[in-house]
Amino acid sequence: MSGFEVRRHDNGDVSILHLKGFLDAHTAPQFEHALQELVSENRVKIVVSMSDLDYISSAGLGVFMGFIEEIREKDGDIKLSSMSEKVFKVFDLLGFPSLYEIFDDESAALAKFNETN
Amino acid sequence: MKRLKKNKVKIRFPSSTDNLEMIRDFVRKLSLKAGFEEEAADHIALAVDEACTNVIKHAHKYNARRMIDLNVQYTAEKFEVTITDKGKGFDPARMPKPDLDKYMHEARKGGLGIHLMRTLMDEVNYTFNPGVKNQVVLVKYLKPGIA
Repeated sequence: MSGFEVRRHDNGDVSILHLKGFLDAHTAPQFEHALQELVSENRVKIVVSMSDLDYISSAGLGVFMGFIEEIREKDGDIKLSSMSEKVFKVFDLLGFPSLYEIFDDESAALAKFNETN
Repeated sequence: MKRLKKNKVKIRFPSSTDNLEMIRDFVRKLSLKAGFEEEAADHIALAVDEACTNVIKHAHKYNARRMIDLNVQYTAEKFEVTITDKGKGFDPARMPKPDLDKYMHEARKGGLGIHLMRTLMDEVNYTFNPGVKNQVVLVKYLKPGIA
């Protein structure tokens, strides 16, 4: 049983990862793999869309921390979008809003990438 | 003094991340039954997930043949979860609050869970006797201020 899914959608030079379900220590490697794949393809403009993400634990948050510096060094970024209040609360408790840009919806995150292009 | 009715539930499960979803459901439902609102029940389930994840990773090194004991007891005032393992202990109580900036530079992934547990619960207490019995006790009060 795995209550988690990552779907990738490329939009120009921005890649969108849609997360669905439960992101915990069991499922975090799937997310890690998806990010690793993007980095190895040098696709470093990434939007992580969380409208269907029901749950996140620190194992999931740790994945963001594991990649962000490398991605920013390559002039990319991970922008976060569409998270539920419940998921936002966890990000907020750990101080993530000061490190990551969080947008209400995917298109706003995409627009931010496009304006800096 | 009025004697409070105490409810106790115990489960034992293999030390595998595969079981985290089941554990969260179990703890969440018991928290709701104890009288917590949805949000607090979610927080308790997350804190227990973090504690179990630490045991699976650090104490048992992903060895799913090891077992974790989870004891939940609650009254009208207090909800207490005790997580017990017999693995290699480590002392998270000594870990400082994570410095996210440093984490980012070092691409570190661990240590965030302990901070979450401390933030989400009213009390987090550890006892260590590596290889014999390590315990973490997570407490949340139903009526804030009653200790």
